[in-house]
Amino acid sequence: MNNTDIVRQSLKRRYRKERRFRAYGMIAVATGFLFLGFLLTDIVTKALPAFSLTELRLDIPMDRESLGLAEDAEISEDTLRALPYSQIIKKSLRSLFPDIRKRKQKKLLYKLISSGAEFDLRDRLVAHPEWIDGPPQSLWLTADDDVDTWYKLDTQVSRIKPLQAELIQALETQDRIRTAFNTHFFTRSDSREPEMAGIRGALAGSFWTLLVTFVITLPIGVAAALYLEEFAPQNRLTDFIEVNINNLAAVPSIVFGLLGLAIFINFFGMPRSAPLVGGLVLTLMTLPTIIISARAAIKSIPPSIKEAAYGLGASKMQVVFHHVLPLSMPGILTGSIIGMAQALGETAPLLMIGMVAFIVEIPEGVLDSATVLPVQIYLWSDSPERAFSALTAATILVLLGFLATMNALAIFLRKHFERRW
Amino acid sequence: MMMKTRTTALALVTATLLTAGPSAYAAGRDQIAIVGSSTVYPFATVVAEKFGKKTRYKTPKIESTGSGGGMKLFCAGVDLNTPDFTNASRRIKKSEYDKCMKNGVNSITEIQIGFDGIAIANSVKAPLFKLSRKDLFLALAKKVPATDGSQKLIDNPYTTWKQVNPTLPDARIEVLGPPPTSGTRDAFAELAMEGGCKQFGWIKAMKKTDKPKYKAICHGIREDGAYIEAGENDNLIVEKLAANPNALGIFGFSFLEQNDDKVQGSIIEGKAPEFETIADGSYPISRPLFFYSKNAHIKSVPGMKEYMTEFTSEAAFGDEGYLVDKGLIPLAPEQREAMRKAVRELTPLKL
Repeated sequence: MNNTDIVRQSLKRRYRKERRFRAYGMIAVATGFLFLGFLLTDIVTKALPAFSLTELRLDIPMDRESLGLAEDAEISEDTLRALPYSQIIKKSLRSLFPDIRKRKQKKLLYKLISSGAEFDLRDRLVAHPEWIDGPPQSLWLTADDDVDTWYKLDTQVSRIKPLQAELIQALETQDRIRTAFNTHFFTRSDSREPEMAGIRGALAGSFWTLLVTFVITLPIGVAAALYLEEFAPQNRLTDFIEVNINNLAAVPSIVFGLLGLAIFINFFGMPRSAPLVGGLVLTLMTLPTIIISARAAIKSIPPSIKEAAYGLGASKMQVVFHHVLPLSMPGILTGSIIGMAQALGETAPLLMIGMVAFIVEIPEGVLDSATVLPVQIYLWSDSPERAFSALTAATILVLLGFLATMNALAIFLRKHFERRW
Repeated sequence: MMMKTRTTALALVTATLLTAGPSAYAAGRDQIAIVGSSTVYPFATVVAEKFGKKTRYKTPKIESTGSGGGMKLFCAGVDLNTPDFTNASRRIKKSEYDKCMKNGVNSITEIQIGFDGIAIANSVKAPLFKLSRKDLFLALAKKVPATDGSQKLIDNPYTTWKQVNPTLPDARIEVLGPPPTSGTRDAFAELAMEGGCKQFGWIKAMKKTDKPKYKAICHGIREDGAYIEAGENDNLIVEKLAANPNALGIFGFSFLEQNDDKVQGSIIEGKAPEFETIADGSYPISRPLFFYSKNAHIKSVPGMKEYMTEFTSEAAFGDEGYLVDKGLIPLAPEQREAMRKAVRELTPLKL
């Protein structure tokens, strides 16, 4: 047997090996996709009900007597805010079903409408004072979350009693019930009533928190990377710093939360639950990632560029700021965006600094109390009301959307602005 | 050049953010800050939301930190960076009260909002159980005292209720209950299991000498299939009990009340889980729920008194209030009146 034969024999085996390896690789990728597909289908199917909302049409009389407004009362915001809206809604519901007399039955009837509807009615009347003394207004008001689930999904909800089911059917024949797009989900903030809850507060909180993180991380990260890469002497101290930065990137995020609690809240006395503190904590967390990626981007600039600049008489500062930094910026930004995406999905460090809380007010600055999107997901997933599970899934979708957009932006920046040498 | 100015601008914004920060928030606060028990959290949030919508005050912010964690934050001091209220699923401890006093929090008003009761129930088609906390401990603990009466712990050997206590039916031990992440589970372990466990003198003595071990014994629930974790959803447990007459289930009292056509609550130490027995504290597996207000803040944080008034209004914690819809067991009418009086007068707590 000569060498050619040996090679020929082994060739078959080697090809088989390669095919096997490819198959393994494809199985691995397919499994990954399968899980991803499973996760996404699960979330999307669970989230869909959250995007629609059941509403009931009620006729609200606008004469002063029915509204409980005195004949000579002046119509101002204060008088309008103080009207007995809960009674007005109950009366309107009763007028639809005059047969319902018993106390217990009435209670079931009242439960058809959301307990937040009275405040909606109030806000609408305050916005339209000209309705007063006019004809009755036919208004769509939000239904209770149990009615919503029952009507939308057509499933058994044990909290809907047979009488209520009859009432809903009667409303349907009168064309007084509909499902509309759930605008509450985008325009309102947290609520204990699922039909009144939305993610606007959490979105604003995430925005302020990430703004603080971005504004602080980018300059510090870039300055640190530039100094370490271009100016710092190579000695034990810089080696030590480098090792530490790499270690910090691997520290569990909850540790940064504890650090933030000790330093920013207990020592500097900053307010709890504020995006400022959240942003600072997330800065601590993302800084190592950004320094590392910025250094890699700076390192990839070929020495010939720098040497050419030196050859033309540029100073070190000029070389760095006129050539190295602009050329490495796409890489630095890509790294920063990935770091930000990481920060966007973080909850653990925020737990320690009070951002895991029930907050209804929409934050208007970095010092207002706020919560963030992943925290909202956590809080809702823990709520007893059934309809919150759909809201949880819908919020996950929104968060995933943001993450995908940020990562796509990072890829775009890399593809379009990065120079190849 | 462009890049340089941009970097400078960023640095400037950073600097402003950092310096403007502390001066801006030291001035005062217009939003009530609440911390404390996760059991009270679902009630407090509903009140907070109503309060925020009804009045022109901002909706209070509520953190769920647990009763102990809440007390720690609450008693840390009187500056405006500390919370205004803390919720608790137990009364304030003497040590916590002393800490409050030491840190200058010397005017606290205690408001009891109602009760949290836990029912041990089975299907109405099965015989009613008459249990004691000791029975529950012996039937459900992971380790129980040896049957020969010696001070040794053995893996739980009991498979039927009759083995636990001869007066109980000869039925297999099968209990559906919440998983460890649930507050109901914590309360069950604390009130029912520990209550039974403490009746063994030598285990009780351990509390002083080796508290972690004492807790592990008294709160440890068996994992051999007799206790079935049925998920956080109490409604699900009720459905399962209706379908399986041999099983017992553990869930909040409000679910028992809403499903009395399907399930019946076992009698614990002679007391049935009823509105009256829970309200007067004689039903052993129930606990009072409280919140505490820091009266030193009332002048500087707007709306605190109005929030307390809303919480103690009949529309909220009354017999037919919106908190009852969310599962609270209300106080007796005269106690509710006493709470309203405490709110009006801001009666300071003395321990």
